[in-house]
Amino acid sequence: MMFLFLLMLSAYALGAVGALALGHGTLGRGLAALGAVVGAGAGFTLGVVALVSGQSLSVGVPLVLPLTGFALRLDGLGAFFLVIIGLVGASAALYGFGYSAAYEGRYSLRMMGAMLNVLLLSLSLQVLAENALTFLLTWEMVSLSAYWLVLTEHDQPGTVRAGVWYIAMTHAGFAALVAMFLLLSGGELTTSFAAMRSKSALLAPPARDAVFLLALFGFGSKAGIVPLHVWLPMAHPVAPSHVSALMSGVVIKMGIYGLVRMALDLLGGGPVWWGGVVLAIGAVSALLGVLYALMEHDLKRLLAYHSVENIGIILIGIGAGLVFHSYGLMTLAALGFIGGLYHTINHASFKGLLFLGAGSVLHATHTRNMEEMGGLIKRMPWTALFFLIGSAAISALPPLNGFASEWLVFQSLLGGFNIPVPEVAVLMPVAVGMLALTSGLAAACFVKAFGITFLALPRSPEAEHAHEAPLSMRLGMAILALACVGLGLAPFAVAPMLGGVLNGLGGLPDTRLAFTLNVSLQMPDAFAQMSPTLVASGLLLILTLVPLVMWALRVNRKLRVSDTWGCGRVGQTPRMEYTATAFAEPLRRVFAELYRPSRELTIDFHPESKYFVQSIEYKSDITPLFDRWLYDPFLRLVRFAAGQVRRLQAGSLHLYLVYVTLVLVLLLLAARWF
Amino acid sequence: MTHYILEIAQALLALLLAPLLVGFVRWVKARLQNRRGAPPWLPYFELAKLFGKEVVMSNNASWLFRFAPTIVFASALAVTFLVPLIAAPLPFDNVGDLLVVVYLLLLGTFFLALAGLDPGTAFGGMGASREMTVAAIAEPTIALAIFGLALGAGSTNLGRIVTATLANPGVAISPGHLLAFAALFIVTLAETGRLPVDNPSTHLELTMIHEAMILEYSGRYLALIEWAAWLKLTIFFSLLANLFVPWGLATVLTPATLAIAVVTLIIKLAVLGLVVAVVETRVAKLRLFRVPELLGLSFVLALLAVTSSFLLR
Repeated sequence: MMFLFLLMLSAYALGAVGALALGHGTLGRGLAALGAVVGAGAGFTLGVVALVSGQSLSVGVPLVLPLTGFALRLDGLGAFFLVIIGLVGASAALYGFGYSAAYEGRYSLRMMGAMLNVLLLSLSLQVLAENALTFLLTWEMVSLSAYWLVLTEHDQPGTVRAGVWYIAMTHAGFAALVAMFLLLSGGELTTSFAAMRSKSALLAPPARDAVFLLALFGFGSKAGIVPLHVWLPMAHPVAPSHVSALMSGVVIKMGIYGLVRMALDLLGGGPVWWGGVVLAIGAVSALLGVLYALMEHDLKRLLAYHSVENIGIILIGIGAGLVFHSYGLMTLAALGFIGGLYHTINHASFKGLLFLGAGSVLHATHTRNMEEMGGLIKRMPWTALFFLIGSAAISALPPLNGFASEWLVFQSLLGGFNIPVPEVAVLMPVAVGMLALTSGLAAACFVKAFGITFLALPRSPEAEHAHEAPLSMRLGMAILALACVGLGLAPFAVAPMLGGVLNGLGGLPDTRLAFTLNVSLQMPDAFAQMSPTLVASGLLLILTLVPLVMWALRVNRKLRVSDTWGCGRVGQTPRMEYTATAFAEPLRRVFAELYRPSRELTIDFHPESKYFVQSIEYKSDITPLFDRWLYDPFLRLVRFAAGQVRRLQAGSLHLYLVYVTLVLVLLLLAARWF
Repeated sequence: MTHYILEIAQALLALLLAPLLVGFVRWVKARLQNRRGAPPWLPYFELAKLFGKEVVMSNNASWLFRFAPTIVFASALAVTFLVPLIAAPLPFDNVGDLLVVVYLLLLGTFFLALAGLDPGTAFGGMGASREMTVAAIAEPTIALAIFGLALGAGSTNLGRIVTATLANPGVAISPGHLLAFAALFIVTLAETGRLPVDNPSTHLELTMIHEAMILEYSGRYLALIEWAAWLKLTIFFSLLANLFVPWGLATVLTPATLAIAVVTLIIKLAVLGLVVAVVETRVAKLRLFRVPELLGLSFVLALLAVTSSFLLR
């Protein structure tokens, strides 16, 4: 294990140095990608070895950095997240090798390659951190390297603004985290997590509540919970696509890691309202995320809103787990956490895949606007297939991975009737309804995303002349597509593994045996059973039998290709196709109260007669709720306050001397009386 | 071995009964409207006719268009192995629970909607958009109805829901069950494209949903899609019939119990078919944007069902 750990560190370091030194050209890009792929591969293997063997790994401090105060330790939870980092990191880096070729001569490949390695390195160290100092330092390294990567295409409109929003939100969160650790450790940041675990139980309840709320804010700003999600739909689209995949697949997951580590492990659970708040935030994030995604026609922004949705689903599982934990229903609590964590790795794989797929489309068509796409399934068959797998997985369709984890989350919520307090128990069905609505809307949204992007006729010349992505990009997508299928077929292995990860955290029991290792996934107390493996084999069997039977029965097998039927019109043009806006229109009307779209219709009539229209212009826009009601007033307040403060800065030296004198007098008076 | 035979027999039964059920509903509707109506077995001939015709495919369509009918049919057929039609608990009860059934059907809807977008016509896109809207808004009701049923049985497995009701018959007339039944009945109308949500006998009107989506299909592909839609109707009816009124289902496998099960299944399906035919004769189609109100009503019913189950536990 130590060897793998050192290999991971040195590969990332060499990748970063190689990229900085060689920079541009195939060699530089190759070195950066090689370092990241080897490092991520080693990290992945290390995580798997740790998970399978159940061992933990403590790394001697002098070995890593000759500084005092550093502590690294790999346990089950960290190993699980290391697997996620390795999986998405390796695919994104491989993909990035081909993808960044287009950046040659336009943007700094040196920085991009180096920062990619630094990001992966700091993420890997993050989940190994064993004290507050290490945790905070790696947290900041992750934030800064990701910020640098977001700014890669710095001359594009919106990039700098997105970067500023990202860095501001993440630092607001960072401040909360520093406060949280100071509160928890009593001011000593080098206190190990092990010491904090025992210390946290002795804290007064109000202090524990404060720690929890600070954790929720700090980690939530990273994870992108509503209403702290605003940076996601800005930063994810403008980053290079493999970086978007990493950010959405891995970086925001650090918020989940932190929350589980803090609320369950270090604090050891808390009162019911902790879980209730997490559950409520999860449900609201899930629903609002998917609702705003539906209205989005920028492919990557749409995916970014879906990250908000999926973080919500993860938090529904974790919140349910915390609620059950507070009532001492430990098996159900483990089930909720397992559902949440399972969805974490699932979201990492399918969202990573979808961002890489969107990147291939962007690479080929140079646009993110879905209304200019179409017909790409014929021009980019591999990308289309991978994107379809990702779309089906995120829509929770069996037998892919999204279904397996949503099923577990559903089951944990259905266990809510075991809660002794009816007022709390009745809230569970509401969460079930919101989760179900979310998954239904997600399916609708991905019919739109895949259908408008890849099917029918191309809507622009760029889409018409699109080309398939190069081999390295296809390979990167293939890894994640395989992960989507594999994780979907094997919940009977993943769920007990996660039971092992959670074993002992916050007093959770060992639930490895509660889930049978048969092909069917059996819930504790035989609450429910299902087997995606058998469902998949049954589907495959029927899919092969149907054509065979049709052939045996001598069904007419002729097929004639002809024009699309069009009510008598002669030719078909892309203008006659349904657009993404039109597709989402029924849902926009259904949820009009939420969206409050602005409409602007200008009709230019012929001067001679109103029956002839020269042109029609239709504009519609949706301002997200939180921009209007939360951030705009807040920003106005800050600007107003800054304007007021500016009056002090008159620029006159005499005035400043008066200030100095005044402050001096006040201080002297204060010293006299207090 | 008998297990596999039972499962296959049940799936074949569903395949055979589905066209007859649809033909029966159409025939009753015709009678209620003072028409003579086509004989109930006409759908069999429809299938035979469609399977005998060549396929005409749009030149804009891709492989997805050709793949979709098979996956739609396969997902519906796979569900017939999981839903208790004649016996409970089924041998495959541990393969999939009620959630698997719902999401397998959603898998079919997903691919059908994609296939609707594939030829690039406005009708196809319109149908796909509306179908997904209705499916999405119906989803919470289904989930809550499942919750309500699972609450009584302590499990989402179909076999356990059925045996729990059989063991404790009073549950069947509890307010929770009755409300959940009403909610699921409304969802059944929406999911299977019946009035007042969608009109199965309309063509080329701006109101159509399902028919708009499959407008480009012909020949054997259309046959598969139609058959899958009829199967879906049979599945939803059987869920309504056997989860809420499970009597007649064979719990021990003897020829006599199985014969009784088949007969009761046919009777239950016929009764539900009759009800749907009457509903379809009595109500007009809702405007598309009134459909969410109807589904909202069903959601409230389902929520009441769960709450009352909680409080009356």
